[in-house]
Amino acid sequence: MSSPASDSASTSPSTTYPSTTTAPTEAGVAGALEAVLSDQQAGWLADARARVSAAPTQVGAVFPAVRRSCGAGLLPSPDATLSGWTVDDAARALLLVDVARAGLPPDDLAREVQDLYRYGDAAERRAVLRALPLLDAVLGDRALPVVTDALRTNDTRIVGAAVGPYAASHLDADAFRQAVLKCVFVGVPLASFSGLSERADAELARMLADFAHERIAAGREVPADIWLVLDRFPEAVETAGLREELSSPVPERRAAAQRALAGHDAAVAQEG
Amino acid sequence: MRIFDPHIHMTSRTTDDYEAMYAAGVRALVEPAFWLGQPRSNVGSFVDYFDSLLGWEPFRAAQFGIEHFCTIGLNPKEANDPRCVEVLDLLPRFLAKDRVVAVGELGYDSMTKEEDEAFSRQLELALEHDLPVLVHTPHRDKAAGTRRTLDVIKEAGVPAERVIIDHLNEMTVAMVRDAGCWAAFSVYPDTKMDEHRMVRILQEHGLERMLVNSAADWGRSDPLKTLKTGRAMLEAGFSDDDVDRVLWLNPVEFYAQSGRLTLEDESIETGASATFQGSSVLRGARDN
Ligand SMILES: [Zn+2]
Repeated sequence: MSSPASDSASTSPSTTYPSTTTAPTEAGVAGALEAVLSDQQAGWLADARARVSAAPTQVGAVFPAVRRSCGAGLLPSPDATLSGWTVDDAARALLLVDVARAGLPPDDLAREVQDLYRYGDAAERRAVLRALPLLDAVLGDRALPVVTDALRTNDTRIVGAAVGPYAASHLDADAFRQAVLKCVFVGVPLASFSGLSERADAELARMLADFAHERIAAGREVPADIWLVLDRFPEAVETAGLREELSSPVPERRAAAQRALAGHDAAVAQEG
Repeated sequence: MRIFDPHIHMTSRTTDDYEAMYAAGVRALVEPAFWLGQPRSNVGSFVDYFDSLLGWEPFRAAQFGIEHFCTIGLNPKEANDPRCVEVLDLLPRFLAKDRVVAVGELGYDSMTKEEDEAFSRQLELALEHDLPVLVHTPHRDKAAGTRRTLDVIKEAGVPAERVIIDHLNEMTVAMVRDAGCWAAFSVYPDTKMDEHRMVRILQEHGLERMLVNSAADWGRSDPLKTLKTGRAMLEAGFSDDDVDRVLWLNPVEFYAQSGRLTLEDESIETGASATFQGSSVLRGARDN
């Protein structure tokens, strides 16, 4: 790999990348849950949390039963950091917070988190991914293997949950760019991609512009959300030759280029 | 016509099948864990397969508007392979999952001692996890195998109304109904059962505790056999309600005994994927 912009990517295990993305907080999660759980559900969760606090390795036994016991619907909350979270995501996140607080050494906590992910069904895996920012202070980048595994799937529920604040802080530059491109390919909206505005760089813009060009050449649609990045790197759009496609001899390519660049104009108009 | 296919192996099917099934009225299905046509050589192959039944396959189904549930178990063919038997120790972890609505498919293949042991042990697991059981009957020596299956279930103490006995035919249906178990029929292009024989069996034995499935898998099979059976029922004079009873209400009633059949589960559509439903499998497939 010879990407010109990988200079910032260090392989040091303690690297964190600057991101002003706001992460969910324990208080936010607990508050949103309290508003929605019935007495019986809240009672079950309190018991489960007490059990896990006393014996953190019990979390594997409790985790699969969370949805049946607390519910699975969307978590109603005005808190933007909890957008898209479900009730079971929130309850499972609190259980993980308890595990982290129970004093396990960081490596043991990381193993517990990896096991919950490894042996979890899709909903459990999504919950582990969403809870990672709440565990960041203890885990550091020890849970990165979970994120990279999630980014290898094509399940948009899993990929979407993986590109949260934890990934924004810990993915190196190459992995971060690949994650953005993956989201564009599988249809995870970039608007929900944590840290995109801080970490987007010229190399990512080049990759997205090349992707757009490939789509235009095929006469296909270009997802409008790539302009979240491309608008900040106009030189990438010029270099990729998107505008030249407007005068392509192939009508389908001309039309695709018009549609794609209209997405750009709309984005600019909205900002203005 | 709304259809719940209580036994179909979607892992072996294409997105064309999902589209055709949705168009035919299929809105929910159960995929039993089974043999893949080629023997597995280690426990890890089961773990990845179960993971797929709990994650990737429900995701794929949801793209096409179909709710996917599964059963988890060690099939009798591979119960005979010492390289695979250890998976029995891992089953409790999977039986705890939300979308698992039964233990299965269990039963006999060649009626060996090893099959006996795996069958009994998994019936105990079903009792421990409070789950119903899906049992298939052997292709060879079917009547004797069915008789022995019913005896073993009775001995294990699993209530008959929590058990499906599958792949039945004219020779085995009566003993299963007499035992109080649910009777299931796999309607195939040219083997186990066809839709017209199926209609005659329903005329003779009634609709109660009767299930019709396609059991479509990697072999020559047809995921629309449920629809075709429904049509054959209507042609034979059954009412729309009768068809709904067999193709929807009966499977729902049986699997609801698990306490985990959450139909119209909104959670599967939440998160980032919701607005892109219908596109990501197609797009994802092209990426690879
Ligand atoms: Zn089967």
